Amino acid sequence: MGKKVLLVEDEPNIIEAISFILSRDGFTVHTHEDGMTVMDKLNVQTPDMIILDVMLPGRSGFDILRDLRADPRFETLPVLMLTARGQTHDRELALRLGANHFMTKPFSNSDIRDHVRETLAS
Amino acid sequence: MKSPGTNRFLDRPAYRQRRLRDAARMLPVAGAALWMVPLLSQVDPEGSTGAAGSMIYVFGVWVVLIVAAGLIARRMRHDDAESPPAANSGASPGGDQ
Amino acid sequence: MQSRPLRPIPGPVRGAISDAAAAGQAMLSFNLLIAVSLTYVAFLFAVAFAADRDAKRGRAGWVHSPLVYTLSLSIYCTAWTFYGAVGYAARSGMEFVTIYLGPTLVMVGWWWVLRRLVRIGRAQRITSIADLISSRFGKSRRLGVIVTLMAVASGTPYIALQLQSVTLSFGVFSGTGDDGDPYSMAVWVAVGLAIFTVLFGTRKLDANERHHGIVMAIAVESVVKLLALVAVGVFVVWGLAGGPAEVLDMIDDATLPEWDLRPGRWASLIFLSAAAFICLPRMFQVLVVENADERHLSVASWAFPTYLFLMSLFVMPIAVVGLNLMPEGANPDLFVLTLPLSQGQNGLATLSFLGGFSSATSMVIVATIALATMVSNHIVMPLWLAASGGEGPVRSGDVRSVIVLSRRLSIAGVLALGYFYYRISGGGSALAAIGLVSFTGAVQVLPALLGGIFWRGATRRGAAASLIVGFSLWVWTLFLPSFGMGAILPETVMQNGPFGIGWLRPEALFGIAGLDPLLHGMMWSLALNAAAFFVFSATSFPTPMERLQGAQFVDVYAHSAQSGAWLGSAATAEDLLIMSQRILGATQAQALFQAEAAAQGKGGYLPDVTQQFVQTLERELAGSVGAATAHAMIGQLTQGANVTVEDLMAVADEAAQILEYSNRLEAKSAEQARTARALQDANEKLTALSVQKDAFLSQISHELRTPMTSIRSFSEILRDEDMTATEKARYAGIIHAEALRLTRLLDDLLDLAVLENGQVQIYRQTGTLSDILDRAVTAAGVPRTKLKIERKRSREDIVLTTDLDRLAQVFINVITNAAKYCDAPDPVLRIVVRQGGSGHTVDFIDNGSGIPVVKQAMIFEKFSRLGGESREGGAGLGLAICREIMERLGGSITYLPGQGGGGFRVVLPASIALAAQ
Repeated sequence: MGKKVLLVEDEPNIIEAISFILSRDGFTVHTHEDGMTVMDKLNVQTPDMIILDVMLPGRSGFDILRDLRADPRFETLPVLMLTARGQTHDRELALRLGANHFMTKPFSNSDIRDHVRETLAS
Repeated sequence: MKSPGTNRFLDRPAYRQRRLRDAARMLPVAGAALWMVPLLSQVDPEGSTGAAGSMIYVFGVWVVLIVAAGLIARRMRHDDAESPPAANSGASPGGDQ
Repeated sequence: MQSRPLRPIPGPVRGAISDAAAAGQAMLSFNLLIAVSLTYVAFLFAVAFAADRDAKRGRAGWVHSPLVYTLSLSIYCTAWTFYGAVGYAARSGMEFVTIYLGPTLVMVGWWWVLRRLVRIGRAQRITSIADLISSRFGKSRRLGVIVTLMAVASGTPYIALQLQSVTLSFGVFSGTGDDGDPYSMAVWVAVGLAIFTVLFGTRKLDANERHHGIVMAIAVESVVKLLALVAVGVFVVWGLAGGPAEVLDMIDDATLPEWDLRPGRWASLIFLSAAAFICLPRMFQVLVVENADERHLSVASWAFPTYLFLMSLFVMPIAVVGLNLMPEGANPDLFVLTLPLSQGQNGLATLSFLGGFSSATSMVIVATIALATMVSNHIVMPLWLAASGGEGPVRSGDVRSVIVLSRRLSIAGVLALGYFYYRISGGGSALAAIGLVSFTGAVQVLPALLGGIFWRGATRRGAAASLIVGFSLWVWTLFLPSFGMGAILPETVMQNGPFGIGWLRPEALFGIAGLDPLLHGMMWSLALNAAAFFVFSATSFPTPMERLQGAQFVDVYAHSAQSGAWLGSAATAEDLLIMSQRILGATQAQALFQAEAAAQGKGGYLPDVTQQFVQTLERELAGSVGAATAHAMIGQLTQGANVTVEDLMAVADEAAQILEYSNRLEAKSAEQARTARALQDANEKLTALSVQKDAFLSQISHELRTPMTSIRSFSEILRDEDMTATEKARYAGIIHAEALRLTRLLDDLLDLAVLENGQVQIYRQTGTLSDILDRAVTAAGVPRTKLKIERKRSREDIVLTTDLDRLAQVFINVITNAAKYCDAPDPVLRIVVRQGGSGHTVDFIDNGSGIPVVKQAMIFEKFSRLGGESREGGAGLGLAICREIMERLGGSITYLPGQGGGGFRVVLPASIALAAQ
């Protein structure tokens, strides 16, 4: 228990909602709001999973994902992409870039919880 | 303008502008017709009529054209300054192709 | 030579000069005359120089007046109008006037053709009539070459004619007609004109620049020639004849049978002169290329006919009085000079000489510039590009110096050609007869020109067929015979046709004999020209590039706003910079943008996208990729918001076809490679535009889904989880706030959609600015924030009649922004009201750190956020709405840089504001 999830998201209310859901389930949730400095944060501390928003200030989630997959340390790190734009080519792009899963906002709490559980159970 | 085709019924100044443009279009046609008139009088079998008459006529028509063109040009510019939207309406597709 | 008939001048020209010389009682010293001419030329130099200098310093107001434009058109009246009209009148009566009636009809009917030509010329940055034809038919180089060759063939004799007239008029004064070599005088005149033209015609490096100095000098010359002719006329009517009534009697007495109007010639000469007025390269130069403002046309529409009227008013009187007073056999072509001389009026004769001199020089200068531009752009430059190998122009400096050099050489070449023509033709009556023939040659462009600007179905093949057919027929029926029987065409050909084929006789094509040779040639060449144009256009299919250009030309009023300005620019400075860098190169583009930003009082590389700036930029790009391409590219960017998806698809499709087409040609020359690159860029830009449209939709989606995410998530939490009452209250609060945010967003979106579609209702009310500001300050909730507002109420006492609620909405938005984003410890917002030239300005200036330069261009765009972080609340539609509102109200809102804080300026136009007395 106590597996670490890094939530990269810039909407305070959404941060609060996801943190609440996952903490109740026993996960430790770290949050980060700025696209530019995510990689610095990861260098300090590697989570067990990342939940990554697409529209971030500074840098898009896709760019971050691309960097993650290019780095041998994070090649296999599970990534869940969230987007509010809801377009199919966003989904395709995310999966092509190596995201493990893709969810469109608004999401259902149970979906996100189940996915995180499933991913981190193994 | 952003909404072409919506201005089918124009307010008064814009309507004036349109008719002024019609006048501007008619002017050369009228001028050409008037300047052909001396040819009719030339069919005089007597032969050489005086040149002074046709000279006065040709120059008279000229003055009329100049004055008319001047008036039209002045009104057009005047209206331009007063109501820019009306002056622009001609730029809409179908306005004055 | 508008006014010479085809018939040869009665009596040898030389003899007439000697007669005149003998008649002159106190002959002016020839050297004095030379001195007067040189002084006059020096004066013109000074005028041209001053105009150029003032234009460079931006004080060109007087150069750009409609009066100067009108006067510059008077190069239509050349030396052979000045001298020859009287001779024409003496021989053929009123027929001379047809040459002026045609242009009068064209000017009076400016709304038909000239307005369209000028609009197209400005929209497409047209440099000459050859450029217009080539550009209209898909930038066809071959058409440009054909038109250029035609223009040179029909224009050279005309230049020769002017040299002849100057030489002849000098001859009248020198008194000894055969003294020395008349050609050496012509050489000096030609060299002098070449120097003047090179100096003022090619000083500007940019091809599209107008020639302020030359236009000004021409305007001065046109005043001189009008004054001179009117002075001689007044002298003749009141000084010699005794009054208008007497003159009219004399005219009636002098009337000869040859003076009868011949209907065919009368009508067709009016048509010919009207057509030539549009088609002559030099007229196109002053009418279209040098036009600074479309509104000048409306002034010229009556002013130029007045000029022509005055120029021809005294022609008949001078002719008749000259016939009565001058000795039998005196050359009527020189009455304007010899009549005052014979009466001992040396001063008047000198003025008259200067008038003729002015007519000749101004015509030659403009004609030379026009022809040299065409020769240089359509013949020399392509050859140079081809010769310089596949590399093409690497540095832009390369091309420019080559252009200037090639123009200068072309000017010298055209004048040399004119001189040699004069020399070879012997300067006699054969040369004089070619005036109307030359007109007919120039007019062969008419079908392609009118067809090109009015008919979208006109194609390149149609235009080429039209020009070739018309030109060949003109050469055969008019040009070659004009050298005189047996001079070039043997007599047998004239009598029996080539190889004895009777129906090909130059003056009786297809067996139709007995017509006036000019009418015959004009009728056949123009009729078959127009027929070929139609048939070949209708049976061929245009390339995509032609269709694109055709649409741009024919629908010029739809594509260009008034006087070619871009309306409602939707492009950001950044878009424009990215595009410019591709074309001009990074350094040059950045320098350009930086300079403009500095001129607007801002740092950095991103100036406000003003109409003026967009126009400057387009001109700059036109220098690299050609006028049409630059215009299309900027048009797509700046009017992006108005482009529908269908439009984009259609144009992108065409652009792709063009691309494919030009890819195949790419290897052929460096110039084509450049075009292809430009098109490729245009294509990418188009794709980018449609991506922008998608981006807008996904933005909306994002803005709507974000609050919905919080709402859904927290309502599920409230439903499914156990929690404390405090937590419950907090989460319900979040749901409530996000629901409000959603509502606000939808309101804003609807508001913006209504505003952008122009469906908004404007409810006009009357109130004072002061009241509206009070309302806005209260509604923005300022009292509840720590923002302090500074106002000067005495200045706010302005009565406004407009939609007050909408205006208040703008103010509220700006004030709320200041309350939200002003980051000073003690935020202060100053509201400054000023009376400006075109209305009132209301400035909102805070003491925060303002908006970073890079964002200034974007803030009025949809979904651009001042704070940069979405949690700040609004979706970034507020300022976009403000901009739309102000546009509807006839005013504007702009960011005001350089105020030591954030600053917005709201401009209230004079039409809605009324300062309290």
